[in-house]
Amino acid sequence: MSWMFLRDLLTGVNKYSTGIGRIWLAVVFIFRLLVYMVAAEHVWKDEQKEFECNIKQPGCENVCFDHFFPISQVRLWALQLIMVSMPSLLVVLHVACCDSREKRHRKKLYVSLGVMDGGLWYTYLISLIVKTGFEIGFLVLFYKLYDGFSVPYLMKCDLKPCPNTVDCFISKPTEKTIFIFFLVITSCLCIVLNFIELSFLVLKCLIKCYLQKHSKTLKSSVCECHNLRYIECGGIGAPPLLQNCHSDSAISTLHTPEPPPSQGKTKLLCDSQEGWQGESASFLSKT
Amino acid sequence: MDWGTLHTFIGGVNKHSTSIGKVWITVIFIFRVMILVVAAQEVWGDEQEDFVCNTLQPGCKNVCYDHFFPVSHIRLWALQLIFVSTPALLVAMHVAYYRHEAARKFRRGDKRNEFKDLEDIKKQRVRIEGSLWWTYTSSIFFRIIFEASFMYVFYFLYNGYHLPWVLKCGIDPCPNLVDCFISRPTEKTVFTIFMISASVICMLLNVAELCYLLLKVCFRRSKRAQTQRNHPNHALKESKQNEMNELISDSGQNAITGFPS
Repeated sequence: MSWMFLRDLLTGVNKYSTGIGRIWLAVVFIFRLLVYMVAAEHVWKDEQKEFECNIKQPGCENVCFDHFFPISQVRLWALQLIMVSMPSLLVVLHVACCDSREKRHRKKLYVSLGVMDGGLWYTYLISLIVKTGFEIGFLVLFYKLYDGFSVPYLMKCDLKPCPNTVDCFISKPTEKTIFIFFLVITSCLCIVLNFIELSFLVLKCLIKCYLQKHSKTLKSSVCECHNLRYIECGGIGAPPLLQNCHSDSAISTLHTPEPPPSQGKTKLLCDSQEGWQGESASFLSKT
Repeated sequence: MDWGTLHTFIGGVNKHSTSIGKVWITVIFIFRVMILVVAAQEVWGDEQEDFVCNTLQPGCKNVCYDHFFPVSHIRLWALQLIFVSTPALLVAMHVAYYRHEAARKFRRGDKRNEFKDLEDIKKQRVRIEGSLWWTYTSSIFFRIIFEASFMYVFYFLYNGYHLPWVLKCGIDPCPNLVDCFISRPTEKTVFTIFMISASVICMLLNVAELCYLLLKVCFRRSKRAQTQRNHPNHALKESKQNEMNELISDSGQNAITGFPS
């Protein structure tokens, strides 16, 4: 088990992501995971060995190191990478669950790969919110644990068994500070990308809903002219289909396998809120 | 996640690069990444352990090492390689977007005469024209900027590309001006010069590729202008035919709209 496992898992998410989601994945892989593995890990490699206090008292260095670094920055970085990548797996799980349902019902419940509607839309939205929460949470944790994002070259320590206030020197503080700032900047970039993606998804949905309502009002006004009552139901993210209104009866069915409708009534099947399961019926009937 | 994964990302762009671009990718991965991984990392492996200062004062060595090497050479090279390779991803993203659009039009029934099936779209080599030309040129431009910036940062941080065997350090808590000795300075200098030379070669390749792309566009434009001058009626007929075809296809689509698929 290594970072390759995480990389393989996340590569599968790519198929179901939006364009911004793919950019987010590229940023995570290249600017965070790759930089962590090829550079950052080595900077913190000898952090305790090279941590030196100006005292010969045995145990003083250990205690001071433990006090100033309860958890190493590089381990916190690794934890952050893992936690931030996990919500994307919700999407993969959701699609896997869908696939098994498709096999059981032996019919295609999904329009096509990469199209997000219904339940998958909500799963994706939740994963985005959780991801952003983790990012912000870890940044705040970093800030609180280490009193900021910079690493000082000298720390004063007076914990037992140190006999007095001793100077303790950290190894490579400037290099560590540079990499921590790099981590913070890439984190912030990922947060911004998540917010943009969130806004994009919500806006797209709102525009779709507005267009649906607008077409519904137009339809009902046209149908009333022809003395026809029209009821339509379409969930969020479910695009209704425009139909030709006819004075007698009208419209064709979309998804089979319903029997032919009786006279004066037709059934229109559109995608439900669930997206892939079942269809909700809409009726066009003559008054 | 390692350099191999980066190679996989960038290797995908190779198909759509010019010949100079392919040479550039080869130089990057063989003369820089490989040298970094198999040689340079070993040379710099014990850099802090074997950095010795002529004093027993605790903390003096740490402080002096941090002052003279704010960022280690190998970390700076690793960052340089990552930043220099990343603009190629812009091209990869643009090609992926182009293929996505082509697949969408194919499913709608627009490009059936151009491609046999969806697999054909994936296999097709995309030509560096139009908006892809701009993306490709911008990526080369950013590469050059990143290479030059990192070379300057190197020069600025280490006062040149040569490592001395002794450094004088008088920073607190060092009690006076102490001598600090770097481990393997000559070997490090050799590798530094090698990596800088490889950087310069990559930069020259990028500049050559940029010039090649610009010249290609100029030639194409002058050829088109010449063709238009020689056959003005032919060009006019072609453009009118294109307009007619667009009108026909648009009206055909409008007739289909509103019918379930």
